[in-house]
Amino acid sequence: MRDNAPRDLSVDWAACQGHGLCAELLPDHITLDDWGYPIVSGPLSPAAAKRARRAVADCPALALKLRAAEQQVTIRSNPAAARSAHRG
Amino acid sequence: MTATDNRTETLVIEPQQAQGNGVLPSRPLNHAEHRAYYGVLPAPDRLPLGELASMIGHAGVRGRGGAGFPLYRKLVSVSGAARARRIAPAIVANGCEGEPASHKDKHLLWLAPHLVLDGLVLLGRELRATRAVLAVEAGAPNGRGDLVRRLREALNERDVRQDGVRIELAEVPGRFIAGESAALVSTLDGGPGLPPYSELSVRESGVGGAPTLVQNVETVAQVALIARYGPDWFRDYGTAAEPGPQLFTVYSGRQRPRVVHSAAGAALAPLIADAGPIDAVLVGGYHGSWIPAPLARHARLTEADLGAPLGAGLIAALPADRCGLAETAHIVRYLALESAGQCGPCLNGLPRIAAALEQLADPHQAARDRGLLERIERWCGMVEGRGLCHHPDGSVRLVRSALMTFRTEIAAHHAGQCTGGDRRPLLPAPARELVH
Ligand SMILES: Cc1cc2nc3c(=O)[nH]c(=O)nc-3n(C[C@H](O)[C@H](O)[C@H](O)COP(=O)(O)O)c2cc1C
Ligand code: SF4
Ligand code: SF4
Repeated sequence: MRDNAPRDLSVDWAACQGHGLCAELLPDHITLDDWGYPIVSGPLSPAAAKRARRAVADCPALALKLRAAEQQVTIRSNPAAARSAHRG
Repeated sequence: MTATDNRTETLVIEPQQAQGNGVLPSRPLNHAEHRAYYGVLPAPDRLPLGELASMIGHAGVRGRGGAGFPLYRKLVSVSGAARARRIAPAIVANGCEGEPASHKDKHLLWLAPHLVLDGLVLLGRELRATRAVLAVEAGAPNGRGDLVRRLREALNERDVRQDGVRIELAEVPGRFIAGESAALVSTLDGGPGLPPYSELSVRESGVGGAPTLVQNVETVAQVALIARYGPDWFRDYGTAAEPGPQLFTVYSGRQRPRVVHSAAGAALAPLIADAGPIDAVLVGGYHGSWIPAPLARHARLTEADLGAPLGAGLIAALPADRCGLAETAHIVRYLALESAGQCGPCLNGLPRIAAALEQLADPHQAARDRGLLERIERWCGMVEGRGLCHHPDGSVRLVRSALMTFRTEIAAHHAGQCTGGDRRPLLPAPARELVH
């Protein structure tokens, strides 16, 4: 994957342990819910790309993922797509 | 589900429309009887490649497993993925019907198993699939006998050479999420039966890594009917937006659940005519929506009229003497226990929502805690879209519709009063042993 290709953050919910480290490293993109699990907001700004890679690398559970933005259409952990409630 | 659920009841089929050729038979058919009843399956030379897909597109078939997604678009993406990745696709007919209130899939499989097998054969030929699987709940009882054994017998009656597709029968655990497409693929691959994290959808990479078409058994059966009678026949049923005959599981009054053959556009009221005075109607399933009684009285069975999708075809009338909040709490507790428990927000959020609903359903507790509603809404927002499958999203839809539909009840409970005296649950939610 090209390094400057648009990326989005996503979470492997089965792996995420709610450590919250990612929210410390990327406070402008990740906040924590009532139980300590990350809430990822908005598309990643280019300025944050480097810190995002660091957060991905540092997640103790390897649960934080960077993937090509267009892959988000294949649902999973994307609230907007999930609302369309497509389950196939 | 556990063995003790209410599938032991006899179900009755009620054709709602003038007899077309698609109506289910009144008793189980063997293969010879099936061919006499529905007509023979068009041979491959009568259905050249691409022809079936275009008939499906023309017919406008939508999935009957809950999400209502157009079949044609899934066919196109599976065959596209197969071409791009140079891997022959697989197809799975999803007969898990993990939802305890739903009976239509097992009903269909019991009465007309060869319709589903025909559909698998047709889709298998069209996609040139190397695997075709029919998945059902292990040991599924159907009240009248052993469904798995019956399906084995039906498979033995097939002529594999003539079909050109060999169908495997797979038995999967009786769990609510077992039928979720990625969970099902995991089970079929010998995995834990949980949806995994994946950057690829099941359509791109499913069973054994092959691009996989997972379709509800009713959807698959519809393909077998369209191949015989054509897309125009299909479109004679239903509405332009929601065409085709559909099966519904109907709970009405003290009646046992019935499976009803109807179509979108039909009036809802006659289906629940014997319910007596009602408070609300649950439409779609446990991931569906409550519709208030005044709306239900005049609504037609369309997504536009009901403001909610027909989903997996459950229609359950809640009698006026029942408490809709208690009923919803009962279902949501079940949904929380059926969470696969692997995703933090789902694991933490659904039980809290269930507990708060239980409090809201109890006027004594609701009167003491005015913050319940706000917390439920907050947690709904927190679980929605944040799991590896859509179980949280479907559960949230049900909860939100309850908060809307039972507004008067909520106000009464906050004032320490309850309008529905009968708190016995209406719909089944079998207890399952907790495994962690
Ligand atoms: C928690 C959950 C449970 C599901 N259970 C079933 C099921 O038992 N049977 C079914 O056909 N679809 C079920 N689905 C939907 C499937 O994931 C999938 O969308 C469907 O089988 C596709 O077929 P269709 O397009 O013909 O409806 C479930 C989805 C979720 C999120
Ligand atoms: S650092 Fe990793 S495990 Fe911790 S909350 Fe973030 S994604 Fe989850
Ligand atoms: S969202 Fe819930 S039901 Fe779906 S995989 Fe995650 S924990 Fe299981």
